[in-house]
Amino acid sequence: MDLSAINPVILIAALISAATPILLAATGELVAERAGVLNLGVEGMMITGAICGFIIAVNTGSPALGFVMAAVGGAALSLLFAFLTQVALANQVASGLALTLFGLGLSALMGQSYVGIKPPRMEDVAFGPLGDIPVLGPILFSHDPIVYLGIIIVASVWAVLTFTRAGLVLRAVGENHDAAHALGYKVKRIRTMAIMFGGACAGMGGAYISLIRVPQWTEGMTAGVGWIALALVVFASWKPWRVLLGAYLFGGITQLQLNLQGAGVAIPVEYLAMSPYIVTIIVLVILSADKSRAPGSLGRIFHASQ
Amino acid sequence: MIRLEKRPQPSRFYGVASPVFAVIATLIFGGALFAILGKDPIQAILTIFWEPLFGEFSFFYRPQLLIKGAPLVLIAIGLALGFKAGIWNIGAEGQYIMGALFGAGVGLAFYPMESWIIFPLMVLAGAFGGWVWAMIPGVLKVKFGTNEILVSLMLVYVAEQFLASMSLGLLKNPEGFGFPGSRNLQQYPSAHNADLVTGTGMHWGVVAALIAVIFAYVLLTRHRLGFAIRVTGEAPRAAKFGGVNPTRLVLFCLGLSGALAGLAGMFEVAGPAGQVTIDFNVGYGFTAIIVAFLGRLHPLGIVCAGGLMALTYIGGDIAQSQMGLPVAAIQVFQGMLLFFLLAFDLLTNYRVRIGQREAI
Repeated sequence: MDLSAINPVILIAALISAATPILLAATGELVAERAGVLNLGVEGMMITGAICGFIIAVNTGSPALGFVMAAVGGAALSLLFAFLTQVALANQVASGLALTLFGLGLSALMGQSYVGIKPPRMEDVAFGPLGDIPVLGPILFSHDPIVYLGIIIVASVWAVLTFTRAGLVLRAVGENHDAAHALGYKVKRIRTMAIMFGGACAGMGGAYISLIRVPQWTEGMTAGVGWIALALVVFASWKPWRVLLGAYLFGGITQLQLNLQGAGVAIPVEYLAMSPYIVTIIVLVILSADKSRAPGSLGRIFHASQ
Repeated sequence: MIRLEKRPQPSRFYGVASPVFAVIATLIFGGALFAILGKDPIQAILTIFWEPLFGEFSFFYRPQLLIKGAPLVLIAIGLALGFKAGIWNIGAEGQYIMGALFGAGVGLAFYPMESWIIFPLMVLAGAFGGWVWAMIPGVLKVKFGTNEILVSLMLVYVAEQFLASMSLGLLKNPEGFGFPGSRNLQQYPSAHNADLVTGTGMHWGVVAALIAVIFAYVLLTRHRLGFAIRVTGEAPRAAKFGGVNPTRLVLFCLGLSGALAGLAGMFEVAGPAGQVTIDFNVGYGFTAIIVAFLGRLHPLGIVCAGGLMALTYIGGDIAQSQMGLPVAAIQVFQGMLLFFLLAFDLLTNYRVRIGQREAI
């Protein structure tokens, strides 16, 4: 065992990258939940985004286009959920599970001929001399564009929810859909848009795994990240900045256990690989005492004639 | 203009008819999917649904129906009780794995002793393993208010890692030439969950599934606890005033569904699978969710739904070997079924009115 092999600067730089898929998916889900929709299909939308992005990136040679199409794919799949919950008024928990099961199957079907292929690499953003600053350089200025995009999305979600009229309307729909409806807001339309935003973010998060983190396609490769993202929204008490914090915490644990595996610690690999899931449970236990922050209409079906 | 009007009572007709509509819609869209994949849709659907039951080799496939259907029904019965009460155990896959590990562990601990007591002990251990794994989300929910959906699901991934660790470590066959995986329980008579009548696929898991169905039916229709489950799901506030103890209900529903999933895993590992391996679990715990919904959370419905899903597994295998239909296509097919079912359920709870709204 050689713990000195773990360089803290590289570890922090790597955890920022490891956190990005969770960050993107959780931010998208946060918007959907603030609008009162509990979408348990994050895992399904992520894996669909992962394969859509992968196929496009491999065929066009452009990872950027891959990410765009991953967002489109995730949003398209989320439309199925929107149809079930907003038009067919189905139970949101069941519909979300259906979306995950369907997405896992669909992605496996689409990805059959893409196993073992290496996708084109996405270049890091060039910051010039900033990247050469000791310690801060590698941590802050050595990443691919999606890492920064993730942070920008968190910041914009926070700004929109806090300062704009659109954000206020979205929160009103999530807190009390009957009152929002009475005020003349289109509850279903707003929720559908929030669901699609969640799908697009989850899709990009999935593509980040298949195009940058791994980078390869294997069936079921998101391995529960979507579910961790769902837990993260609870952990963050539905606040965007706390999502960022939580994502870095989980990214840190994921990265640390990978490094410990590499350093040959005496703990068996399987037990290290369990750690992110167990930490998620522990965090949920610690934080679930405070339920008051949850949006008031979360998970409830809206039907105008009631 | 199309309007939806909530029915005062869910429609009984559509309660039965909507799963049938969902199956028909899935056949149409599934056929279209097979056509897109370049397979003859009619032939693919016949291969999946006709071949296993009435085809040339049906004598071989019919027993498979029981082997694949029993774990699905066993797990789905437990899940359905919880779903009815709004308690969402979606980690049955993990409980299934833990049941198999506990059951196989007890059996292997006695190896090579032969005694009639070993198999019953394994059954108990299997149920206990699943129960313990489901009690984790249960206890966390009642003690700390933690969301049982997320905890039970996280525990699936933990159980999968644990399974890998066990089949590479503690339970590894010492005479296995270093290959991962345990001793084969099929070659250990005291622990083998053999066919009760040779060649029928009728093993103890099938018996357990039938007992579970009858038990659940009696519980839901004749027992106070079943009433408490139904009331809690339909009107939580009324249940509170009616003196239902939510803590006990959560623990009962999660514990029972975990124990049943554990039993399913134990019967599988001691019978059809035979040994603990890294890829022992094949997703029964997740498919059982579809089975529970397709069966409308009703014990008899679940038996029909379990049979249908088992058929798609077996028929999917045949279609794969005969027509080169990818396994994933069957997974999509199953997912589609759940989608259509949820969509058609609209008709059960709402009336669709076409025309102008009358002036009030």
